[in-house]
Amino acid sequence: MSNNPQLNKSGQLQHLLTTEGLPASILLNILDTAEPFVGVTERDVKKVPLLRGKSIFNLFFEPSTRTRTTFEIAAKRLSADVINLNIAVSSQSKGETLLDTVNNLSAMHADMFVVRHAQSGAAHLIAQHVRSEIHVINAGDGRHAHPTQALLDMFTIRRCKRDFHNLRVAIVGDILHSRVARSQIHALTTLGVPEVRVIAPKTLLPAKVERLGVHVYHDMAKGLKDVDVLMMLRLQNERMLSARLPSAEEYFKYYGLTPEKLALAKPDAIVLHPGPMNRGVEIDSVVADGKQSVILPQVTFGIAVRMAVMSILAGS
Amino acid sequence: MQLPEAEDLLAALTDRMRQGISTDTAVVGIHTGGVWLAERLHRDLQLALPLGALDVSFYRDDFGQIGLHPQIRPSDIPFKVEGSHIILVDDVLYTGRTIRAAINELFDYGRPASIRLAALIDRGGRELPIAAQYIGATLDVPPAKMLALEKKANGKLGLSLYDKRQGNE
Repeated sequence: MSNNPQLNKSGQLQHLLTTEGLPASILLNILDTAEPFVGVTERDVKKVPLLRGKSIFNLFFEPSTRTRTTFEIAAKRLSADVINLNIAVSSQSKGETLLDTVNNLSAMHADMFVVRHAQSGAAHLIAQHVRSEIHVINAGDGRHAHPTQALLDMFTIRRCKRDFHNLRVAIVGDILHSRVARSQIHALTTLGVPEVRVIAPKTLLPAKVERLGVHVYHDMAKGLKDVDVLMMLRLQNERMLSARLPSAEEYFKYYGLTPEKLALAKPDAIVLHPGPMNRGVEIDSVVADGKQSVILPQVTFGIAVRMAVMSILAGS
Repeated sequence: MQLPEAEDLLAALTDRMRQGISTDTAVVGIHTGGVWLAERLHRDLQLALPLGALDVSFYRDDFGQIGLHPQIRPSDIPFKVEGSHIILVDDVLYTGRTIRAAINELFDYGRPASIRLAALIDRGGRELPIAAQYIGATLDVPPAKMLALEKKANGKLGLSLYDKRQGNE
C-alpha cells in the first residue's frame, strides 16, 4: 500500500495507528525486535541508551492505567524523557482543540506522541497533522484500533505456540465495542493464522463481522472446540450505551470462561486477556489464575513490544 | 588482495591468549563473528565460566543516522559480571565504536574487575582510544572495503572482502 499513512516513502513504519493494512514483514519485524528487549528488562540495569534525548508525550484523553504505565516504562527503559499529560485537568478542559494541543507540544520539541482517545481516528488525525520527524503511536482510539495490544498478544502467542500457521484462535466477548478485537483479527489474519473464530452473543457482534475473515459462533460449546488460543475480551460496561445484555450474571453463564468451558479447547490451549479483567463476568478466577493463563506474561511482554515499536519508529 | 586463513589466525590468537587466562576468565563474543570466535576460544582454552554473547545494537552511536539494525539477537551474559575478568572477542577491530558500545553494555550488567579485548584482525583506522591486548594479525585494508568473517558449511571460519556499498553492516 503506497498510500498507507503509517509508512514513509521508503516503506518504513512512520506511525503505528492500526494493524490493518500493515504487511506481515512489518508485524514480524516488531515481534523480532521485541525479543532482545525481553532480555533487557530482565537485567539489573533495565535500560538501554537508544532513545536518549528524545521526548515522548503520553497523551491520554481517556483513563488507562496499564497501557499508559507500560508505555511510560517502555520509554524510560529506552532512556527517553517521558511526559504524561493528564488531559482531564489540562487545557482541553478549558476548550483547546486537539490539534492546538498537539501544536503546542510540538513547539516543545516532542519527538513522539502516544495517543489514547475515545474518538475513533484521533491518532490518525494527529499523524496527518504533525511534521514528518514526529512519530505517532495509537494507544487506543474509540472502537477502531489498539495495535500495540494486538502486537503484544501476537508476541505472547508466538512465544507459547512458536508458529502462527497451524493455529485455531477464538476471540470471545464484546467484539462490537472492542478496538482490541479488531486489531487482533487484522494481525492474526495477516500473520497467517488459518482459522480465527469470534464467539459472542448477536448483540455484541458488529454487522457483517465475517467480512474480516472470521468464523462466527454464538455458542461457546461449539466455538471453543479444539481451539489453541483463547483471547478473552473485557465486557465494556462503560461503552454499553443501551442494554445489550440482560445481566452480567447471565453473560457469565453463557460466555464466561469457566474451567468446564476451557476443557472444550485443546489441553494445551492458552488463555489471554487484555485487562483489566472483570472476574466472574467474562472470566472465572480459577481460569484467570490457572496454569493455562498467560495474562501476566502478556503485561511483561507488552513492555518489550512497546520498546520495539518506539525504537523502530524513532529510527525510521 | 590476498587474505590470510582465518583458521591459522585463530590458532595464533588462541596461543597468545593462553598465558593471559586463568580459571576465573570469562569470554564474551560480539555478534556475529565475535561469537563464533568466542565459542572456539571458550572450547580450546577450556574456560570454566559459561560463554557470553553481546548484540550491541541498542548501544550503537549511529542509531540517529541509520536507525535500528535488522535482526537483533538477544544479548546473553550467563555469569556474574560484577567483579569478573572479561575478555571481549570481536572478529575485526576497526574504528573501535563497536567495542565502545560493548563496554557500555557490559557495565549495565555490573562492574567488571577488568575488560580486555581480543580480535582476529586489527585493520587500523581507530576513531576512539581503544586497543586490543590479543590480536591474530594486523592487516591493511582500504577504507572502501569491508572485511568480514564467515562461517563455512563445514564449520570452518574464513575471511571475505566486500565493497562497502554492497556490504551489509
